[in-house]
Amino acid sequence: MLGLNSKDFTLFLVVVVLVIAAPILLNPFPSDSAFAQFNAGYPALMQRFVIFGILVIGFNILFGLTGYLSFGHAAFLGVGSFAAVWMFKLLSYNIVPAVLLSVIVAGLFSVVIGYVSLRRSGIYFSILTLAFAQMMYAIAYSDLLGKFFGGIVTNGETGLQVYNDDPQILMSPGDPTVPHLFGWEMNSSFTWDVGGWSFVFQNGYYLSGILMLASFYLAIRIFRSPFGLMLRAIKSNQNRLAYTGVSSRPYALAAFVISGMYAGLAGGLLAAMDPLTGAERMFWTASGEIVIMSILGGVGTLIGPILGAGVIKYMENIVSTINDNVVHGWFAFMPDGIENILVTVIHPFIGKGWHLTLGLVFMAVVIFLPGGLVEGGQRLGRLFERRKVEEKPPTATTEPAE
Amino acid sequence: MTRTNYSRRGVLKTGGLTATGLAMPTIFTASSASAFTNEPTGSSVKFGFNVPQTGPYAEEGLDELRAQELAVEHLNGIGDGGMLNTFSSKALDGTGILGKQVEFVTGDTQTKSDVARASAQSMIQKDGCIMINGGSSSGVAIAVQGLCQEAGVIFMAGLTHSNDTTGKDRKRNGFRHFFNGYMSGAALGPVLQGAYGTERRAYHLTADYTWGWTQQESIQAVTEAMGWETVQNVLTPVGAGDFSSYIAPVLNSGADVLILNHYGGDMVNSLTQAVQFGLKDKEVNGKNFEIIVPLYSELMAAGAGSNIQGVYGSMNWNWQLPDAGTAAFVRSFGEKYGFPPSGAAHTCYVQTLLYADAVTRAGSFNPCAVVEALEGFEFDGMGNGPVLYRAEDHQCFKDVLVMKGTENPTNQYDTLEIVEVTPRAQVEYAEDHPMFAGGDLGECNPGA
Amino acid sequence: MDDIILQILNGLDKGSAYALIALGLTLIFGTLGVVNFAHGALFMVGAFCAVTVQRLLGLSHTIIDESQKDFLGNPLKIEVPYVEGWFGPEMGQALISWSVPLAILFAIPVMIILGFVMERGLIKHFYKRPHADQILVTFGLAIVIGEIIKANFGANPIPTPAPAAFSGSLDFGVWLGFAENAIIYPYWRLVYFLFSMVIIAGVFAFLQFTTFGMVVRAGMADRETVGLLGIDIDKRFTLMFGLAAAVAGVAGVMYTPILSPNYNMGMDFLVLSFVVVVVGGMGSLPGAVLAGFLLGILQSFASMNEVKSLLPGIDQIIIYLVAIFILLTRPRGLMGRKGVMEE
Repeated sequence: MLGLNSKDFTLFLVVVVLVIAAPILLNPFPSDSAFAQFNAGYPALMQRFVIFGILVIGFNILFGLTGYLSFGHAAFLGVGSFAAVWMFKLLSYNIVPAVLLSVIVAGLFSVVIGYVSLRRSGIYFSILTLAFAQMMYAIAYSDLLGKFFGGIVTNGETGLQVYNDDPQILMSPGDPTVPHLFGWEMNSSFTWDVGGWSFVFQNGYYLSGILMLASFYLAIRIFRSPFGLMLRAIKSNQNRLAYTGVSSRPYALAAFVISGMYAGLAGGLLAAMDPLTGAERMFWTASGEIVIMSILGGVGTLIGPILGAGVIKYMENIVSTINDNVVHGWFAFMPDGIENILVTVIHPFIGKGWHLTLGLVFMAVVIFLPGGLVEGGQRLGRLFERRKVEEKPPTATTEPAE
Repeated sequence: MTRTNYSRRGVLKTGGLTATGLAMPTIFTASSASAFTNEPTGSSVKFGFNVPQTGPYAEEGLDELRAQELAVEHLNGIGDGGMLNTFSSKALDGTGILGKQVEFVTGDTQTKSDVARASAQSMIQKDGCIMINGGSSSGVAIAVQGLCQEAGVIFMAGLTHSNDTTGKDRKRNGFRHFFNGYMSGAALGPVLQGAYGTERRAYHLTADYTWGWTQQESIQAVTEAMGWETVQNVLTPVGAGDFSSYIAPVLNSGADVLILNHYGGDMVNSLTQAVQFGLKDKEVNGKNFEIIVPLYSELMAAGAGSNIQGVYGSMNWNWQLPDAGTAAFVRSFGEKYGFPPSGAAHTCYVQTLLYADAVTRAGSFNPCAVVEALEGFEFDGMGNGPVLYRAEDHQCFKDVLVMKGTENPTNQYDTLEIVEVTPRAQVEYAEDHPMFAGGDLGECNPGA
Repeated sequence: MDDIILQILNGLDKGSAYALIALGLTLIFGTLGVVNFAHGALFMVGAFCAVTVQRLLGLSHTIIDESQKDFLGNPLKIEVPYVEGWFGPEMGQALISWSVPLAILFAIPVMIILGFVMERGLIKHFYKRPHADQILVTFGLAIVIGEIIKANFGANPIPTPAPAAFSGSLDFGVWLGFAENAIIYPYWRLVYFLFSMVIIAGVFAFLQFTTFGMVVRAGMADRETVGLLGIDIDKRFTLMFGLAAAVAGVAGVMYTPILSPNYNMGMDFLVLSFVVVVVGGMGSLPGAVLAGFLLGILQSFASMNEVKSLLPGIDQIIIYLVAIFILLTRPRGLMGRKGVMEE
């Protein structure tokens, strides 16, 4: 179906269902229960899940297929966001020109940076991309462009946002004053109250979700195309590729630009969901986070990086908000003594200690699941399959040939 | 199940699909059942305390959190009531707000605008918070203030010192209790003139971001007005760590005062290194070389250790103030946690009480009613003397403290001493002052 | 002229710090081929060794002074360090004042043990794993180490002054015939520079002139062949890891008077040290040292007002500009070996 083989199609279908049903699936606990803190089904976080999903899907096309580890990918996310916010400031809050321009600008930047950086491989390539990204970060953080040309380009650390006196030349009086798609406001939502649950379906989330599905579909097609094969060849043995008379660099550059444009799309969408952007989106820790997301989920697998992004964003937004009061709520039914002991045990890992949990999860995954989170899923699957196999008595045993 | 062959054309077709994805029809529409965002309906009301809990400002954020928890206790009638006893408005009686118990959720800003906004969004969308409070940087404050304006909740800023927060980035739904760069300059000026005279040559090292720029601009204006000459203003990268290459040329420039427009870790490092260069012991132009740090905080003073001895700076509030409000707050904070509160903690505590009081006086949680109650509100008994929340820019006007690093500290909390309490009249300015111009509060937004 | 000499001196000092950090990293990263994202954390742990020694020396018993009051009005508690009791107030104060240099004695064994534990317990299992896995596991470890330090010491920077004997600065300019105060240089930075020279020379001598060093160098060049010769290269690599950790640790100890340590400082140095190592060239110790000094001096020059007035903000991007320039003109950095981490 859709040009996918049955396995890929099933995977794609599962992702489609997950994206559509996320507002319900991610809200398993009633809003007034003690465990409501674990709910992740609110628009802002779901948006981040899918947008960072787009980012890592793109990153995976470069890193997962070609093996080139870009350590400056957040720079493309950043320029995408800046381009989008400038469109909001100059034209109007319609997100179409904003998102288009963010993809184009990120594409242009990645052509230049990719062309230069791909002259080197391995760690030298990584450091070149890192150097470009850090330069762009410094330029944006102190608004060096603004200082050089006069005026404001990135507005430094405060970040770029839309002001009431911005030109917005395409804006007519009746237009919404929030990002919208031809009048369809991104932050409008529909709330469905059932029992103790309250499910929020937001326009912005679904738009990002659709784009994420489109990006995912495109990525599957690339993975399975001759072009994708060529990229894998770059990873496995570049020299052999060169001996066969194939110049690998145009292919690597194409992968770099595609993944840069994915990052630009993600940056544009971040701005479209929340029209403010800052330089810190381009800092090396942000680039590092993309790398970590991919590895955590499983480099080179289709779904892994998305899982990785989800886990990290979940920790950042959920585990960090669990404070001692919340934990007391969970264990309120227990006797005071036990309750206090449990709270003391959990205390270092939550709230201000959420980084500790994050670090431990990284280590645990890489030690016990060398292929990332995806391998965890595969192992579970295999366990399941093995049971099925064991149930069936062996019908034909293969005797070793003498 | 059909399989088309994988070709370049196939990839291109997919690109077309991506484009059509944009043209999805409208399915969901906005629902507006309540009068404003997160209208509290049950027996409780929720505040969001959004502070840095990891990263370089974690300690400051945690101190803010302690003060916020204390404020919630006092609002709910637990503990000794703290400043509720000294607050000039008597609307609050320790039974919650409008009969509702106060609850709170916490979040980690990491001192990053993006993360802070994500955290605030979670508080608004998931936890149903009606007010967001806290923060330890101007960039974050401006970012979260903008978000609260759009979402239709009230933002009570924590530590934010840039002129822009209530200047060009002021918002109707946002309020700042903390003082700003202009006020620091206005308060420091006369004291510096008294201590160091009118013929000085100043060398500025300025953190290269918005707060640094506005801080430097303010101090330069004040010092030049009293006759000082500005030799050089050098912008330094944030988080440079080693400032030696910026400090080394200072002595040779003919300057006899070094002004460090740095905050946090940068301030600790640049001051420590400047002292290491022996600047404080030098004599230039026949005068003792002096160092000035315009914005002080207790935690940074502790980080700089003995290097701050004799160095002037300014603060919003300090636990050593003699008034009754301060004494009440320091007592309840000190008894609960065992050490005196920081200035950031004080601001967050006061902001929480001020919000609760405004709701009570307005008789409604509606942000627009709260804005109306806070605009032009005059109060006393919160540690800073008589204070005005100015309606035009939502900036608090109050006395400003000029501080000096204690020469002979007697205990570990005795790092700074109060030199002068600069009266409010001296730090006031017109709301369209050039350093604050270009802002527009806009309309109050109740959301929904 | 005096400005230029001043910035060269500054650059030497900055460079010695970069070189020292890069040296430890390159032992692990450039030679063992492990991408160690926890290296910054090792530097930070070293710095906190200094804090620990300062705290240990400052361990106090409490005397309650009824005549004075604390901030809540209770009788004031005065802390008297034990060392003052044991060695007398003067000797005790001197010991506390010298806590940073003394911390080196403490840091070396601590860091070597930490290095051993890290290598045996974790890194060993990752030599044959992809670099991506090494990044993830060492990054996770760096976070965990940082959080443990934060839980014990807080997130605020902690003042760790140099011994009182080294306060103030040396007036170089007067020696060279310039005006007073034209070229000043803090004594402690001089100490740091000399110290890093000694450490760098020591590491080089160790690898160059000892049998152990020879075997390790051979192992870096061709691990399998050395293994076939019946030499237990793994054990030596463990020692090497301990050595690298110790170098990072003492670099951290001695840096504390310049940079008040906080739990995050490792991350700040991480990226920079990677850039230095790669610009120096993978697998080359002299390259790492050279790159450290080169970047340090260029950064100092870029911080000059004359340069900054021509190109605002150049001081913030110079390191990365130079890195790009060098990596594009010299494919393997300044002195890199072929085939190390190029795939």
